[in-house]
Amino acid sequence: MGLRMNAFRTDQEFFLDPQRCIGCHACEMACAECETNGQLPMIHVDYVDRYFTPQTSVQICMHCEDPVCAKVCPAVAIEKDEYGIVHTAKTDRCIACSNCVNACPFGVPRKIQPMDLMVKCNMCYDRTSAGKKPMCATVCPSGALFYGTREEMTRKRPNSSPVNSFKFGKQTVKTRVNIMMPKGATELVVDDSE
Amino acid sequence: MFTTLNLAALLTATLATLGLVVSIFVGSRNLGNFDPALIAYLFGCIFACFGVVYRYIVWLQRPPTWRYFVRGWQLFFSGKAIVYGWELTKHFVVNFLGQRFIRNRGKALGYGHFLMAWGCMLAFAVTFPLVFGWIHFGLKPGGIDTYEIYTFGFKTAEFPLHTWIATLIFNALNWSAILVIAGVMLLMRRRLTHAGQIAIQTFENDWLPLLLLLAISVTGIGISLDYKLMEGRAHQFMAITHAITVILFLIWMPFGKFFHIIQRPAQLGIAIYRKAGAEGPQAVCPHTGEEFLPGMQVDDLKTVTAQLGCDFTRKDGKSHLDYSPRGKRALLARAHLKARAESGRYFG
Repeated sequence: MGLRMNAFRTDQEFFLDPQRCIGCHACEMACAECETNGQLPMIHVDYVDRYFTPQTSVQICMHCEDPVCAKVCPAVAIEKDEYGIVHTAKTDRCIACSNCVNACPFGVPRKIQPMDLMVKCNMCYDRTSAGKKPMCATVCPSGALFYGTREEMTRKRPNSSPVNSFKFGKQTVKTRVNIMMPKGATELVVDDSE
Repeated sequence: MFTTLNLAALLTATLATLGLVVSIFVGSRNLGNFDPALIAYLFGCIFACFGVVYRYIVWLQRPPTWRYFVRGWQLFFSGKAIVYGWELTKHFVVNFLGQRFIRNRGKALGYGHFLMAWGCMLAFAVTFPLVFGWIHFGLKPGGIDTYEIYTFGFKTAEFPLHTWIATLIFNALNWSAILVIAGVMLLMRRRLTHAGQIAIQTFENDWLPLLLLLAISVTGIGISLDYKLMEGRAHQFMAITHAITVILFLIWMPFGKFFHIIQRPAQLGIAIYRKAGAEGPQAVCPHTGEEFLPGMQVDDLKTVTAQLGCDFTRKDGKSHLDYSPRGKRALLARAHLKARAESGRYFG
């Protein structure tokens, strides 16, 4: 996509394991270093339900195959490139309506109101397009965020399976980013959990 | 080819183009005030009119765009025209004329875009009426030191020659070119030095528009410089290259990045929508217990996603769209934990 020679490694994938997140926020600090973000962290580190549990979770953009954020955008500001990266809103088109922010089933995009702009993780495109790993994955100390080949991941987590299919109510969402699930799982159903 | 034609867009664009042609005939008094030297620009404008309207109508038919378009007008005519009119005026002055939101995205971007946009707007204000023959100039009869301005064939103003007013008016396109060149320089510098921009920019979307605006401005100023400093020796070259670049701009307008000039006013509709939403009932996230979005927008989003073939309805009848972004992230984390727990191993 960029003007320079593209060295995007198509053999590498993102593997997310929220269960391993220890809430250290290192990924958030590293994310803010990404030049394409304008020094704003795009990753989300949350306490899931702080009153009851110390569980923390990390969420990056899952780069959906058929991104609903792009579908609900009235300004056609969100586009997916040939590597399956769903880019942050085009600055000339985004009208900051918040449709994408609220339609994304993963709760990823955020709106910066003074800029009238939606921003989201673009998998550190400045780095990944040059063959490097995303910032968050390079600093995660607990393995919640891993970027590499599928073989590397299988060696590291022999008892887990990467899954890229999610069920949100009646809607199935397939993504470029994988979530690490119990071995043999093929789908993560996000439904009657509340 | 004809199966992909959008009938509504085709009809509207044809009507708009015919309307423009009629207004050119009427406004130029049956082409009496039309300058034949500008004929190529005229055809460029007519094509741009058709293309821009066609694309605009196609764009408007997308479910989310149409939803906002209808809502915007519904709200405006809901009996609060004064309140929303004031909101629109504020938004227009601050964010359109002042372009504050772009400065908030970055100083270089903000000031560069401000200069470029105002240069373009000034150039549009001068060029289109001149090309359409709606405005023309003439010497006041009985003398050689006063110029008259005619609008739609009616005399609207006069000004003395060899004064600062004359210099300002005759060089209006040169001033606009200077503004555009300054803006383009700031934005090109940003595109050459900002690592993030270098990573995601494309030639077609980011460099070509800047290069085209630079070419239009340089050749435009070149026409003036040529007759002032070179006795018009390069006039033909300057005039032809300027015409080519401007016509390229006009023809490309419906397809490329410049379409955002037409699209951007949609932001005004969002300003009304936001104000109406803030005044109405708010949606409360079942997970966080906090208000996160106007209820109207949640309902609209449910309608739009259904129209797009997405159904986020859960077994319990609730929708994932009822949850705030933080709530959605928590739902996912809890579902993941549950799946791990059910497998008997939290890690693997």
